[in-house]
Amino acid sequence: MSDFPWLLAMIAVPAVGAAGVAALPKGRDGTAKQAALGVSLVVLLLAVLATVAFDTGGERFQLTTSVPWIPDFGVDFALGVDGIALVMLLLIGVLVPVVVLASWRDEPTGQRSMKAYFAWLLLLESFMVGVFAATDVFLFYVFFEAMLVPMYFLIGSFGGPRRQYAAVKFFLYSLVGGLVMLAAVIGLYVVSANELGEGTFAFDALRGIEIDPGVQKLLFLGFFVAFAIKAPLVPFHTWLPDSGAEAPIGGAVLLVGVLDKVGTFGFLRYCLPLFPDASRDLAPYVLVLAVAGVLYAALLAMGQSDMKRLVSYTSIAHFGFIALGIFAFTTEATTGAVLYMVNHGIATGLLFLVVGMLIARGGSRQIGDYGGVARQAPLLAGVFLVAGLASLALPGTNSFVSEFLVLIGSFPTRPVFTVLATVGIVLAALYVLLVYQRTMHGPPRGVLLETPAETPAPAPGGGGGATAATATLDAPAAAPARLRVADLSPRELAVAAPMVALIIALGVYPQPLIELVEPAVAATMSDVGADPAGVEPEAPGGGTD
Amino acid sequence: MIEAPTLSLAALAPLLCVFGAACVGVLVEAFGPRENRHAVQVAVALAGTLGGLVTSLLLAGERQITAGEALAVDGPAVFLQATIAGLGALSLLLFAERSLDPARSAFVAAAAVPAGSPRDRELLTVPRVQTEVYPLTTFAIGGMMLFVAANDLLVMFVALEVLSLPLYLISGMARRRRLLSQEAAVKYFLLGAFASAFFLYGLALVYGATGSIRLSVIREAAAAETGGGLLLVLGLALLIVGLMFKASVAPFHAWTPDVYQGAPTPVTAFMAACTKVAAFGAILRLLYVAFGTSEWTWRPLLYGIAIVSMVVGAVLGLTQTDLKRMLAYSSIAHAGFLLTGVLGYGSGPDGTGSGLGATMFYLLAYGLATIGVFAVLTLVRDGDGEATHLSKWAGLGRRSPLTAAAMALFLLALAGIPLTSGFTGKFAVFRAAIDDGAWPLVVVALLASAVAAFFYLRVIVLMYFSEPAADGPTVGVPGLPTTLVLAVTVTATVVLGVLPGAVLDLAEQAARFVG
Repeated sequence: MSDFPWLLAMIAVPAVGAAGVAALPKGRDGTAKQAALGVSLVVLLLAVLATVAFDTGGERFQLTTSVPWIPDFGVDFALGVDGIALVMLLLIGVLVPVVVLASWRDEPTGQRSMKAYFAWLLLLESFMVGVFAATDVFLFYVFFEAMLVPMYFLIGSFGGPRRQYAAVKFFLYSLVGGLVMLAAVIGLYVVSANELGEGTFAFDALRGIEIDPGVQKLLFLGFFVAFAIKAPLVPFHTWLPDSGAEAPIGGAVLLVGVLDKVGTFGFLRYCLPLFPDASRDLAPYVLVLAVAGVLYAALLAMGQSDMKRLVSYTSIAHFGFIALGIFAFTTEATTGAVLYMVNHGIATGLLFLVVGMLIARGGSRQIGDYGGVARQAPLLAGVFLVAGLASLALPGTNSFVSEFLVLIGSFPTRPVFTVLATVGIVLAALYVLLVYQRTMHGPPRGVLLETPAETPAPAPGGGGGATAATATLDAPAAAPARLRVADLSPRELAVAAPMVALIIALGVYPQPLIELVEPAVAATMSDVGADPAGVEPEAPGGGTD
Repeated sequence: MIEAPTLSLAALAPLLCVFGAACVGVLVEAFGPRENRHAVQVAVALAGTLGGLVTSLLLAGERQITAGEALAVDGPAVFLQATIAGLGALSLLLFAERSLDPARSAFVAAAAVPAGSPRDRELLTVPRVQTEVYPLTTFAIGGMMLFVAANDLLVMFVALEVLSLPLYLISGMARRRRLLSQEAAVKYFLLGAFASAFFLYGLALVYGATGSIRLSVIREAAAAETGGGLLLVLGLALLIVGLMFKASVAPFHAWTPDVYQGAPTPVTAFMAACTKVAAFGAILRLLYVAFGTSEWTWRPLLYGIAIVSMVVGAVLGLTQTDLKRMLAYSSIAHAGFLLTGVLGYGSGPDGTGSGLGATMFYLLAYGLATIGVFAVLTLVRDGDGEATHLSKWAGLGRRSPLTAAAMALFLLALAGIPLTSGFTGKFAVFRAAIDDGAWPLVVVALLASAVAAFFYLRVIVLMYFSEPAADGPTVGVPGLPTTLVLAVTVTATVVLGVLPGAVLDLAEQAARFVG
């Protein structure tokens, strides 16, 4: 069974599925949905089976497949996963069906067909799997860039009012990063040709070569810029709030949940092992960006009135934490960072989904347009709360484990940065709880009010908090205000339930995940020459001991 | 008694095919009955170019100098001849399309009738078609194929004229917007004449410096030259100017946007694809064969104009609102990328360099995508002919998904997105340049690619993300020829992106000059 090309199948199945869905005749949106759900569930199954076939004590890269692709460039179609890549594949496997289900009732804008939406989604899944499964730098780059195209169409065709701007901004930012990386990829090839006599893109071969420190720094920067845009770290982040806000909910979940993880994954897989000296030399600067991101994005998140932008900014803060964990160079912190990548995908993914459910009910993205929803829709509020608490890393939720590991792992080597980042946790509690409180509790108000026409105040349409507040003040005088809001439908429950379950389960018992990623993290740490004798990470989530 | 030079007819077969077809075309024009002249002309021209394609493919691996050392039949010559013949055949198919324009052809019925005169208006509705374009184009294709095989400067000059003169003519033959077309032709002719003069003067100087017009002799003289080779360097510079003009490299690009816009779209496709291939073929041969040993003379010059061309193409492309002009600037930027590959000289193991194979592959990939993109342009029309203004393309993705998808594919290829031919080509030339230590140039090239990506993307944004305009253009149903062209170019663009191994291999094997 272990000879079965799991990874190839995980790339091929959604790609074929995408072609199939795209080839459906016009107007068959229903079939498209079902097909997309079926295909994504097959991929999930493949991911689970691949995990079973993966031996945590075995070689670093497993489930490998390799066929020559472009012999003239020395490129192989080489796939393989270590623990880190495998958990990302699992995350993709979980998120895509959830996203398909969450997009079930989306009404396309204009006369666009949802068929195209699901086709792009599946194609994106195929490329995302490829990006994490590639063990050839060239192949990685190809998937890295190709991934932009489906996401570009998802944002541009199915997004919000400013979708054109957001789509182009997203594409150009990523493309610029990618092109800089391309220069570094070619440079790496040339270096390998000088070093090994024959140029190669194979990750394992590249890892072993000695690179001159000056060249190393340049190549590191080439890769770093691409990943820092993708991740995104602070000065390169401005595209994410636009894309996150304008993307359709499903696209936004995959954007911050998976696509952006390619950046942090790239730090771990490519920057550290290939350019260890440069990584060590430049780590302080990266850490400055990381911690600045944690604080700055948290402050900006608090100032947002648009819920989707807010969630995007929280993501930027979280990516700061992940980068901190990666560039602290301890096994614990890095393990924490990898867990963070998974947990953030689930927690922020759920937050996006629940915000999407709320927006689907009210038609507005403004926080000020909602209030008191919890009374009418307790389930919706409950899910919102769980997602929010997971985002602020409450103990018992999955994010706590990873955040804690990052912080205790980073403290011994980088005390100052760690302490500063800790402030971010407090800010996270603020921005999450504030938005929860304002939309879910308090007096009913906003666009969901049942009798907006009877209130003497101006109709609280798409206005900001000010109009909505006036409406609430006047509302009791006119009529007892009630919200017209339905609680979660069974379909929405099916979307939220697995995510909530994962948040709790991984919060209470993260050990399997840790065991899966630990060997790969240790290998990365030994590549970068960091002290691998870090304390064996324990599960601080409680309940395991 | 003058001895006749030895001629290897087999090695000349591609040229003979194409020039033969052109001559037959002239005869058909003179004696063929009018009613079926169009069909016969198309058949003759296609037979000639496809014959040229097949015979040049059969010549693969040939390495010889023939026709009194005037022609080199070697890997690059054969590869590029096949490329030109193939692209030329595709362009001819676009010329032959009759179902798109209500007047049954993209060419004016009688070019000599003054534009706007009563007779002209009368002719606009007459279903008479122009057939002189076919032999003219075939001559141009033959000239291009001769251009890339020329082993001495004089033959190169003759080929340059053979390919240029028909081009000047056919770019003035648009059926619609005739004044624009005629203006383009005059502009092209005037500037082209200057470029030819530059080339000729350079030729004279080089002859003065080395005493020969034979490339291999120039090479030896250039190698032996120590110090005062001023005459040679000046001559080389002038030759380069002449060639860069044809290749539409900035700062010798001034004609490009106007001519691309004014010429009938099939002709623009032909110029953009084939002329570029031919010009770069000649540039490669001139620099690598004749001046390969004195790299220092041309390297800094090329370095500079490559950067200028990329920057000018990418930046000015941003401001265009007409698709044909935009593609003209795109072609200027691509000329810069191609020069990056040319500068990868000497990086290979046997000194010929991976730059040669990479540049040839790029030319093929670029040519196919370019013909494809202009083929799509011919489909989108309004009452006044082709609708090339950007705003007209809004919402096209909704109205004709297939046309828009093909356009998007070509634009992504031109932007160099992975899994399209454009990426493979870019990667190949950039690798060659970095191999040779020209990494600052590659960094500029990458930045220019990013800038250029913006204007390609803008079209995709318009097609897919904008609401269709109420009085938008109609998308014509292409006849067999255009459908064939689109099928070939789409397939090639995808295949050269996903599985480029075989063709890259071919280009790499062909990448050795003789002489």
